[in-house]
Amino acid sequence: MTFLQILFLFVSAVILAASIMVVMNRKMIHAALWLILALAGMAVLFVLLEASFLAAVQVVIYIGAIAILIIFAMMLTRRAMHDVGAQVNRNWWLGAVVSVVVFAALMLMLLQVPGMQATAQALPIDESALLVELGSALVDVNMYVLPFEVASVLLLAALIGAIVVARPLSDENEGSEA
Amino acid sequence: MGFDFGDPFASIGSLFRDLLLGWGLAPDLVDFILIVLGAALIGMLALLTAGIFLTWLDRKLGARVQDRLGPNRVGIFGVFQPVADLLKLLTKEDTTPEGADKVLFNMAPLLASMAVIGIWAVVPFAPDLIGTDINIGVLYVVSIGSVGTLAVMLAGWSSNNKYALLGAFRTVAQMISYEVPMMLVLLVPTMLAGSMSMGTIVEKQSSGWFVLMAPIAALIFFISSLAEVGRAPFDLVEAESEIVAGYNIEYSGMKFGMFFVAEYLHSLTIAALTALLFLGGWRGPFAETYPLLGLVYFMLKTAAIYLVISLLRFGMPRIRIDQLLGLNWKVLTPLALASVVFTALAGKLASTLSWNKVATHLVSNAILALLTLWAIWSYSRAERRRSEAGDVMRLSESGSGL
Repeated sequence: MTFLQILFLFVSAVILAASIMVVMNRKMIHAALWLILALAGMAVLFVLLEASFLAAVQVVIYIGAIAILIIFAMMLTRRAMHDVGAQVNRNWWLGAVVSVVVFAALMLMLLQVPGMQATAQALPIDESALLVELGSALVDVNMYVLPFEVASVLLLAALIGAIVVARPLSDENEGSEA
Repeated sequence: MGFDFGDPFASIGSLFRDLLLGWGLAPDLVDFILIVLGAALIGMLALLTAGIFLTWLDRKLGARVQDRLGPNRVGIFGVFQPVADLLKLLTKEDTTPEGADKVLFNMAPLLASMAVIGIWAVVPFAPDLIGTDINIGVLYVVSIGSVGTLAVMLAGWSSNNKYALLGAFRTVAQMISYEVPMMLVLLVPTMLAGSMSMGTIVEKQSSGWFVLMAPIAALIFFISSLAEVGRAPFDLVEAESEIVAGYNIEYSGMKFGMFFVAEYLHSLTIAALTALLFLGGWRGPFAETYPLLGLVYFMLKTAAIYLVISLLRFGMPRIRIDQLLGLNWKVLTPLALASVVFTALAGKLASTLSWNKVATHLVSNAILALLTLWAIWSYSRAERRRSEAGDVMRLSESGSGL
């Protein structure tokens, strides 16, 4: 077993354990921090796959923005921090059966994909060229320019929507304020 | 192998390498040990010592600005005062407030220092002296910075203290919103250099520092990273006169010391980043033949910017939270967006019409600056007219009341 494989197994174990802690933990803020650990583990997996751009983006977006937003929302609802209710309800066995079946089905399907058990080849070109290719693919008419622009418009709409929602309802005196 | 005084880093590196190889260790292991040694040497010793001694510099400068002497008892000019302070911090009782979340409470100062020291991994000190020249260096700096925000939030929340929590809330409003113009403006040196790697960005400034091509971007980067650090005039995160001390109020002893040193080190870090991205980093006469000279240039530039940061602290009053957010969302963010667009346009124009690159960028920045000044001027005029109209209305109302 190479060093990379050991690292991969270790990181995967950490991610799995952290994900379980996210749903098992009774303190919400701890759950959010376990989520951050799981997301950081994903970033490490990206690094192991030599996709450092995706790793950095993972940290910036998921840890730097989404997780911090979750924690901030929790801080504003301090009273509801500690959950004292039961963690499972009567249908827990049904959930367990469904998840085991889905896992087994996915494993079966993945094992039938040809080349699944072969060792992956190293990437033929170096990473900075890949980054350039990613950038130009996003604005290439033949590739992803349409989804990219649609996503931009969607984000802009969300931004404007957030501003409209956050604006205080005001009478016509204050309404003229830009 | 002779010792080359012009390039001592490579010599020291190969010296250690030969020594360890001579002990019969595997080459992979030797490289690994050297990387760990280098990280420990730069991260733990050099940077933390620098951070500690910066507190002395700041106190001394502040004292001169306020017509005092400052620390002058321990050592010559009081230069060893930080050491005495450090010893005091180490001997203080390590308290944990009641009802605090212990694990998070202890984790926060570690995260705060880690986030700052982590940035230095991609800082090129001299032509070949760089921790790791990853091709996403700029993005890495931003992503590590967000961990620092997390540390402050955790500290504020886990302390079980309302002032600490208020400080943490201000942090979110401030650090996260100032990240927006900072990230946007980081695109400008990236575009000018055609790469996100710190090493390449410095190398591409051979024809001219980026501050010449993008003065507005440099200014926005400086202001927004100042807000990111939470130094005056943006020190609302720990406004001692309003919320006692903010997020770190419950920390004592060395845990407080870690936050303190992390803050000073972060100021040094943004000075270094500004020097790297806009002032040419280690570039200077003869720097390429003598890497040691490059280190000196880099240090000098960083020190000059740090001096500005330090003096700003004593020359500026703290701004209000609404002014802070207004400045960010109404001025810096649109200006950063416009600066990105102008840089792209000027770059395209210069390359297609084969104009002088530096001049084109400079002219586009001047146009942008004039437009911004005009926009601010007309906004303030409209605002003044509105407030005057309001005054007249109020006057006439009170007059009719009489």
